[in-house]
Amino acid sequence: MTAPAVSRRPTRGATRTGGRSRSAARRRTGWWALAFLLPSALPLAAFVIVPMLGAGWISLHEWNLIGSMHWVGLGNYAALLRDPATLAAFGHTLGYLAGYLPLVYGGGLGLALALNTALHGRALLRGVYFLPVVTSWIVVALVWRWLLNPSVGIVNWTLAQLGVQGPGWWTDPAWSMASVVLASAWKDLGFVMVILLAGLQAIPTEVLEAARVDGAGWWRRLWSVVLPLLSPSTFFVVVISLINGFQVFDQVYAMTAGGPNGSSEVVVLRIQQLAFRYGEAGSASALSWLLFAVILAITLVQIRGQRRWVTYA
Amino acid sequence: MPDVATRPAPATTSGSSAPARPRPRITVGRVALHLVVVAGALVMLFPFAWAVVTSISPGSGLTATPSLIPDQPSLSAYVELFTRLPFARVTLNSLGLAVAATLLQMTTGAMAAYAFSRLDFRGRDALFAVYLATMMVPLQVLIVPLFAEMKTFGLIDSYLGALLPTVSTAFAVFLLRQAVNQVPRELDEAATLDGAGHWRIFTRIVLPNIRPALATLAVFAFMQSWNAFLWPLIILRSPQRQTFPVALQALQGQYTTQWDVVMAGSVVSILPMLALYVLAQRYVVQGVASSGLK
Repeated sequence: MTAPAVSRRPTRGATRTGGRSRSAARRRTGWWALAFLLPSALPLAAFVIVPMLGAGWISLHEWNLIGSMHWVGLGNYAALLRDPATLAAFGHTLGYLAGYLPLVYGGGLGLALALNTALHGRALLRGVYFLPVVTSWIVVALVWRWLLNPSVGIVNWTLAQLGVQGPGWWTDPAWSMASVVLASAWKDLGFVMVILLAGLQAIPTEVLEAARVDGAGWWRRLWSVVLPLLSPSTFFVVVISLINGFQVFDQVYAMTAGGPNGSSEVVVLRIQQLAFRYGEAGSASALSWLLFAVILAITLVQIRGQRRWVTYA
Repeated sequence: MPDVATRPAPATTSGSSAPARPRPRITVGRVALHLVVVAGALVMLFPFAWAVVTSISPGSGLTATPSLIPDQPSLSAYVELFTRLPFARVTLNSLGLAVAATLLQMTTGAMAAYAFSRLDFRGRDALFAVYLATMMVPLQVLIVPLFAEMKTFGLIDSYLGALLPTVSTAFAVFLLRQAVNQVPRELDEAATLDGAGHWRIFTRIVLPNIRPALATLAVFAFMQSWNAFLWPLIILRSPQRQTFPVALQALQGQYTTQWDVVMAGSVVSILPMLALYVLAQRYVVQGVASSGLK
């Protein structure tokens, strides 16, 4: 990153001094700006911008992180797009989102609607529902791995008391992703609730009152008034969930490590394995750039779509 | 940590419209609503409770599901964690890194926020856009080249290598710039007339006036560092340098069936965040909700 240069535009509100001293003052401001910005600009340049470009450069090479790099052009990308494991990783990530989003949105909306009424102990309840959000993903994954332990876990024990044979959860390829989804939804429910609660409280009470006067029942008001006016919050939740969902890693690593039989291998896990287990830093970087492209696309959709799909009050 | 708990909470999003409403009648529907929401809260709390119960039930998970009220409660799992296993050291590692990252982000962030809010220099808006753009780059894109970079500097398996990428974040700059913008400019102008320079205005006027935002950032930065997993997992190799989440997850591989020890570790790992959360709930919720980062 280049250092910010001294301003040559006329500085706002600096007309009282003469020309010569004004340019000297501007130069001094430039030095001050440099001094105030360097402590943040240097690390950001060295540990975000340079590595990001570096990832692009590495992605064009074959490299095992130790030896010399061999130029392969777009070969890594071509190989990745042909590799069924890549498609599977994106597929698993989408599967995760397909389970996770309805759970957190449905649950979060229900809770937000409930807590938006004059409920006793509302602050305490909100605090309880939010608690998992501040817990680390590793702890969440470990606790849920224990809850969902197929042989001695409390969930299957409870199911057995009810006469139901519980599934193998994270030991069963058919249930491994469902296990990750359950744990993740539990952690993020409070987060979605807080976002939607803020959205609900921004809805003007006059609008709801008017609908009530017009004879609209609870469901009708929810469907025709609340949900449309809540669309900015909904949109934010969906976009953030997509962006975070494509980056899902910690809980999968700690809960299933991508298994069994790769049934829960998500994109970031594949990047980590390619780079640090198989020594294919080039392919890992190429995959990370593909992931970045997907996330960037979602972000752009957010910026453009906000205007088109969102109803503001 | 700044005086997170001592400031009176301003009216947050909740409760602002409640007092105006007439007291609701007690109906079947309202009672049912309370029951459902409270039952839901108990379900949400159960995994935490179960972790505590398991951690004081020795030999958990070897043969049978522990009972909700342990027959012979024991703290042996905690003793094992801090005597036989290196978790005393691991806790210090994590605390040290989290405190350092928090203080550094507050410092670098506040200084940059001052420059972007108060100094008129060429390319300011463009540079701010570059800062914001770095927020969009996922860490996963950076890990391979970051690892290579740290290798060049000889920082693999060092605390410095773990700390450096967290020294400065665009989120900190963004959050604090909003706060600095709220500080009335008349205050700086008055100070300027009194002969104060930028450094004095920054330390004497701006910093004291953005304390709530600094507290939000502190809570948030601490939480991010304390809970961080991917980068510490990659950069820190030797067991005595590992951070809490990494050591905890490794414990699981080593002692697949010692669930009492794993849960004891989980409980200990939650404690600092729980304390911070109870003290500064408002700042935690704000920080998370305003950024979408967790």
